Amino acid sequence: MPAPTRKPAPSSNWLDRRFPIRTLLHREYVTFPMPRNLNALWSFGAFLIVTIGFLIASGLFLAINYTPDIAQAFASVEAIDRQVPSGWFLRSLHMGGVTMLFACLYIHLGRGLWYGSYKAPRELLWLTGLGLMLMVMITAFAGYVLPWGQMSYWGATVIVNAMRAVPLFGRPVSELLLGGEGLGNIALHRLFVLHFAMAFAILGAIGVHVATLHVVKSNNPSGIDPATPRQTLPFHPYYTSRDAFALCLFLMVYAGLVFFLPDLLTLADNYVQANPLVTPRDIRPEWYFAPFYAILRAVPSRLSGLFLACGSLAVLFVLPALDRSPVRPATLRPLVRLSLPLAFLSFILLGIAGMHPPTETWLIVSRFAMAWWFIHFLVVMPLASEREITS
Amino acid sequence: MIRRAFISASAFAIFYGLTVVPASAETPAQRGFAVFQQVCSACHGMEHVHYGDLTALDISSDTLRKWAADQDFPDGVDDNGDPKTRHGTLSDPILAPYPNAAVGRLANHGLLPPDLSRLAMTLPGGAHGIRNILLSYAPTPPGVKLDEGRYYNTALKWKHIGMPPPLQDNMLTYADGTRATTNQMASDVSVFLDRIAHPHALQRRRIGVFVLAYLAVMAVLTFLLQRRIWKS
Repeated sequence: MPAPTRKPAPSSNWLDRRFPIRTLLHREYVTFPMPRNLNALWSFGAFLIVTIGFLIASGLFLAINYTPDIAQAFASVEAIDRQVPSGWFLRSLHMGGVTMLFACLYIHLGRGLWYGSYKAPRELLWLTGLGLMLMVMITAFAGYVLPWGQMSYWGATVIVNAMRAVPLFGRPVSELLLGGEGLGNIALHRLFVLHFAMAFAILGAIGVHVATLHVVKSNNPSGIDPATPRQTLPFHPYYTSRDAFALCLFLMVYAGLVFFLPDLLTLADNYVQANPLVTPRDIRPEWYFAPFYAILRAVPSRLSGLFLACGSLAVLFVLPALDRSPVRPATLRPLVRLSLPLAFLSFILLGIAGMHPPTETWLIVSRFAMAWWFIHFLVVMPLASEREITS
Repeated sequence: MIRRAFISASAFAIFYGLTVVPASAETPAQRGFAVFQQVCSACHGMEHVHYGDLTALDISSDTLRKWAADQDFPDGVDDNGDPKTRHGTLSDPILAPYPNAAVGRLANHGLLPPDLSRLAMTLPGGAHGIRNILLSYAPTPPGVKLDEGRYYNTALKWKHIGMPPPLQDNMLTYADGTRATTNQMASDVSVFLDRIAHPHALQRRRIGVFVLAYLAVMAVLTFLLQRRIWKS
């Protein structure tokens, strides 16, 4: 007796002939071939998508209760925390979500650097990912201004002043953002709209990023793409089950932040309403911007600080051109295996330096760390791809 | 060794249960509320906290409703253009002692008493810092000259503060009979302000335990699931 074959229901047949969503989902998320040897670091993409989902869902409800007006913004956020039913939960879900998003983003990016996921044929995947990171950064910056606390105001002032130093388009762009000279009501309205609109732009960009991934397929720790279907596994149930487990662990960390340590990563100064007449003793960024803030401060000139902070990101964009070696994972490249962890360490050191007042020691630390970051990408990577003997 | 530790721990628990918590005890936060209501609120507001929010400290809504109804809130003008007032309700923010910042400054030698909504969060040292300030008043040492309206206080960097010493022994009577020493009141009010600065903290932790437990169970189940799938 022949084994019974599964026939799709006639109704889905009808839909499929007109709009093949079922076939598409089946191909891209059930039978989609995945390398067999992915490690836990490959789950961070899934974490990022889930976190974005949480951020947008909680953000919609926060936006319903928020008032983008300098006279009422702070009070409306206080009301969300105190009087709106479950408002405290929405708000910590949103605030904790930003931390989880950036943590996963930096790990996801670090994984790409370590296993050479930016190399052919995945250059476009790399670039769309970096573009997404920039969008997330702009959104996070705009969002941090909205509660209109002291750090919101003064952090934004630092950034806007830095932006103004850019020759030619710095002034017009900052005026477009602020709607005038100072950071006031018009600016708050514009930043609110920017924050809200960017959230959905990010959703679209994620679509592009994931679509690119499904064309070039996942990289893997060996750096050699699977040649035959025998070397792959279907996405479902192998990676769906593994991602589900990883997600549970990830959500436990997220929940720990939301329910038990809501104040761990926020600056208490931001619970004081913005006051343009009182500058806080030290203006500190949120942890995820600290590395770039450290670079901004490490050089005496405002313009070159800004140039270097942007440059630290720009080197990532040109990395596929700087690293010409066909070997992907750093594990197989003795020089990169040494230099890249130092670059990661530099990034972390810059982050720590950015959260401390700029004393002599921290300035020196951030200068060395910054130097290594650029040396790794601009000197070591091109050199290593020329003369490295890979194992 | 372990047995001795166990015995002393249970002895401590029994001692603690018998002596520190009498049957009809008010919590420190509730006593702190009494201090706020009778002492602090003369000069400090809590503009973001509503009367009703204090039910989270297990203060009865009748007490709060009565307190709110005793306050006169500005309520526009009548037909003749004269200012009107109305009684407060549970959904009103706790009435500030001064109609505006300028009046507050005028009444306090040019310094505005800070709002207490988030003070236990924003003051360096938190609730502990508040208690410390309340207990660190001392007579001005000879040779130190302070401006009018400044009081010597060792808790601050510059050794002076604009707030006159607010607490004196037995200045109020606690409903639960606890002796209202300066020390006791300072501890109670700092606990109260800590609860106010971290709204819903207890509820947050209670829900968090359930969320974590649920996720832990799910983690075990999905772990077993993925192990079974990967074995095949």
